[in-house]
Amino acid sequence: MVEGRVSGMSGINDFVVKFATVNGSGSASANLMFAKTLFRMGIPVSPKNIFPSNIQGLPTWYEVRVSGKGYLARREGVDLMVAMNAQTYEEDLKQVLPGGYLFYDSTLPRPFKRDDVTVIDMPIAKMCAEHWADTRQRQLFKNMVYVGAVAALVDIDVEVLESVVASQFKGKDKLIAPNLKALHMGRDYIRDNYACPLPFKVEAADATAGKILVSGNEAAGLGAVYGGATVCAWYPITPSTSLAESYERHAKALRIQDDGKKMYGIVQAEDELAAIGIAIGAGWNGARSFTATSGPGVSLMNEFLGLAYFAEVPLVLFNVQRGGPSTGMPTRTQQSDILSCAYASHGDTRHVLLFPTDPTECFSFAAEAFDLAERLQTPVIVMSDLDIGMNDWVCDALSWDDAHVHDRGKVLSAEELDAMPDWGRYKDVDGDGITYRTLPGTHPTKGAFFTRGTSHDEYARYTEDGTVNADVMDRLLRKFETAADLLPKPEADIRDPNSRVGIIYFGANRPAVLEAMDQLNEVGVTANALRLTAFPFCEDVRAFADNHDRIYVVEQNQGGQMRQLLMVEAGIQRAKLISVLNYDGMPMTAEFVRSHIKAAESDVQLAAE
Amino acid sequence: MSYIQKPKAFHPALKKNKLGLTRRDYEGAMSTLCAGCGHDSITAAIIEACFKLELPAHRLAKVSGIGCSSKAPTYFLSRSHGFNSVHGRMPSITTGANLANRDLVYLGVSGDGDTASIGLSQFCHAMRRQLNMTYIVMNNGCYGLTKGQFSATNDKASPSKKGESNLFEAIDLAQIAIQLGAGFVGRSFSGDKAQLVPLIEAAMSYNGFAFLDVVSPCVTFNNHPASTKSYDYVRGHNAVLDKLDFVPPEEEIEIDYAEGTTSDVELHGGAKIRLHKLDTGYDPTDADQAINTIRERLNAGEVTTGLLYFDGREQDLHETLGTSERPLNTLPLGELCPGSEALEPINDRFR
Repeated sequence: MVEGRVSGMSGINDFVVKFATVNGSGSASANLMFAKTLFRMGIPVSPKNIFPSNIQGLPTWYEVRVSGKGYLARREGVDLMVAMNAQTYEEDLKQVLPGGYLFYDSTLPRPFKRDDVTVIDMPIAKMCAEHWADTRQRQLFKNMVYVGAVAALVDIDVEVLESVVASQFKGKDKLIAPNLKALHMGRDYIRDNYACPLPFKVEAADATAGKILVSGNEAAGLGAVYGGATVCAWYPITPSTSLAESYERHAKALRIQDDGKKMYGIVQAEDELAAIGIAIGAGWNGARSFTATSGPGVSLMNEFLGLAYFAEVPLVLFNVQRGGPSTGMPTRTQQSDILSCAYASHGDTRHVLLFPTDPTECFSFAAEAFDLAERLQTPVIVMSDLDIGMNDWVCDALSWDDAHVHDRGKVLSAEELDAMPDWGRYKDVDGDGITYRTLPGTHPTKGAFFTRGTSHDEYARYTEDGTVNADVMDRLLRKFETAADLLPKPEADIRDPNSRVGIIYFGANRPAVLEAMDQLNEVGVTANALRLTAFPFCEDVRAFADNHDRIYVVEQNQGGQMRQLLMVEAGIQRAKLISVLNYDGMPMTAEFVRSHIKAAESDVQLAAE
Repeated sequence: MSYIQKPKAFHPALKKNKLGLTRRDYEGAMSTLCAGCGHDSITAAIIEACFKLELPAHRLAKVSGIGCSSKAPTYFLSRSHGFNSVHGRMPSITTGANLANRDLVYLGVSGDGDTASIGLSQFCHAMRRQLNMTYIVMNNGCYGLTKGQFSATNDKASPSKKGESNLFEAIDLAQIAIQLGAGFVGRSFSGDKAQLVPLIEAAMSYNGFAFLDVVSPCVTFNNHPASTKSYDYVRGHNAVLDKLDFVPPEEEIEIDYAEGTTSDVELHGGAKIRLHKLDTGYDPTDADQAINTIRERLNAGEVTTGLLYFDGREQDLHETLGTSERPLNTLPLGELCPGSEALEPINDRFR
């Protein structure tokens, strides 16, 4: 917990509510309605679902930071704890800030031993038992009761909340009335028994116009539809499952022919090996294809990634990273597959990586990944993570440029083959390392070749001539250099062109870094930042490094994997790059970034004096 | 495996099929397998079957895994695209390729190591999905490229060339195929061209998963007198269920057989498999009988060959998934991308 932070001083639209519940109890949809209500009131929120690897009965938390200023990183310290799980009362109480509040179901009263926390109690289970005969209903409506109670405590606009309930149960309309009843039961009880609102509360604002509240997996699945993917093969694994499910849901809505047939094919494979094999087979045969997995799946897919790299088959792989190593923390977030993806598979391989920072980019990068994979004829790995993938983020609405022409890359038609006298599958005609491919079935007599993972010459023929193989590997490296210029450009945030302090970060860390930069600015440390969006690195990355003396590399892994990649692949001096590493599985906080950079900068100042 | 081009000069009198192609047009590079390898005979049978089926070679894709068998696709159909993938993963590559373009013919070539060991899972699941492909296992009971180790299909009673005994029971791929619902299951012998060619023709005409287990002796490591995968052993213990002819659509059968000794199995495409029964009473559409027969004969030391099982439903993966009749890889991206207008209501749902 943050030293010195106390609750209740922050006032309007600036606090953290945490719902402590039991998984499988139906709390997730109630919690989402709470977050969505604030979003509709125009207030930025960042809900984080902290859930167990379990189906029913274990503790789960839903932490919502409310920030009128739009700071969407996770913040330590809870202002209002909604303690609905007796198993975790003790732990939950500890997290409440001095001056904060704890709300709990007092059907079974408990003493809470903290003088600096105000306890608000309500006999929820008892009240629900009186109102509903069915035990499942009693359980489910408890969730709406606590949402109603919190609505009263922080002064939520009840009309907006009711509208969210109505849209949540759209199509199941008979559920609306009992849910509203539960909501008002909670709200009325609190208003009748406590002075409302609390010292911190919400106020309608205008900070979510043009925004949406969506998860990265939802957006990436839709992005794959927009990117023209027709084949999806996957194997269930947290936290990537919902990406494939999103693709299926959106494809079902958007990709059905008039005759009812599907313009897509989805196979839930027998394992990750088959999943990527199917995607490679489809990519080889000219369909845009993808698979989605997480770290353990990527480990299994390594051999095939090497094949796709060496045989030059387009493929999109979504890696929704989770905590490692091994099975690790399946329901916690990390950015710890950077190196294992950059160099996946044996031998000299290098892979194109994209690093979306939020769900909006999950959508746009997903779509773009298919263009890049076909242009570059290689796997493109979209490096999302559990935080982006499974949490709902307030982010820019999804947009699509109808003028965009999908890039199929260098694929020869029968006519083009006829016009090409000496075609070779792996002949670098244009000098960019990218060669011309043909699809099976194109031409009766021309363009057939044997795709192989064995060493091959320019005509795809097997060779044991080492120099020929080395030539192919060198061309692949040229292709990789070509890739650097085609990938999304990094995002620079230059706050003072003269500052020698830089921050390099990527992915989900954006909210924490931007907030930390504001905080550092207030204490006289003005840092510039560069957000990486892709690997291989483009020239901008080296230029940023040249312009700064001390560069903090913020990432969520133990080994400083991106820092290593920057040293090896961008040639940035080791001494310049200072790691700021969090790997406890929780989303990065601004406080973590600020305190590490502040401490390091103070040391530099002391040394200078 | 060096790549040796065959001379392209054809004899003008070579017989041509309706496409105007000769058998030579269906050949590939020179084989680099050992002289006498059963795989080369299977290669020849594939060439013969494709010639007789009058397949436009470029409308066929040949896919393989790793091993001696998986090199074989280089030796036939040089006008077809080929994909020599990774060990045991031919089925997944073929699944993806087939999803992308349902209009091509898919011929998967694998070995006993590639299928019965490292690739067992993918083999099983491709069958379960009724992927429309022909899956040929060139089965020699050993790992040739790594100098003759036992494979999982080698019979327990069959020792190695050096006399080491095999400790484990064999996996019978044909029995697995029948149990897991492959629509077409046959077994043959590389040395029996008369049986093998029509079986390949029929398998390639089947709409669904057609599996052929072809015993194919390894002349270098598993053709010794004590081996049950040797030429001599299989010739001496070949329990042939039925002799068969493949009758293409709209072609009349030329020879008359005595009534009651033949029966036809009809394929959806209009072709027929005409069975000339040697063992009266065998019904290839009865999976239980098929497995019992195989097991009984196996216990007697015999290798059951012929059309073992046939499922007339011929429902392939595309039908099950309900995918477009148009190959997915031909759908224009403009049609696949819903455009900005469709995004509006989607964005609204996230508000």
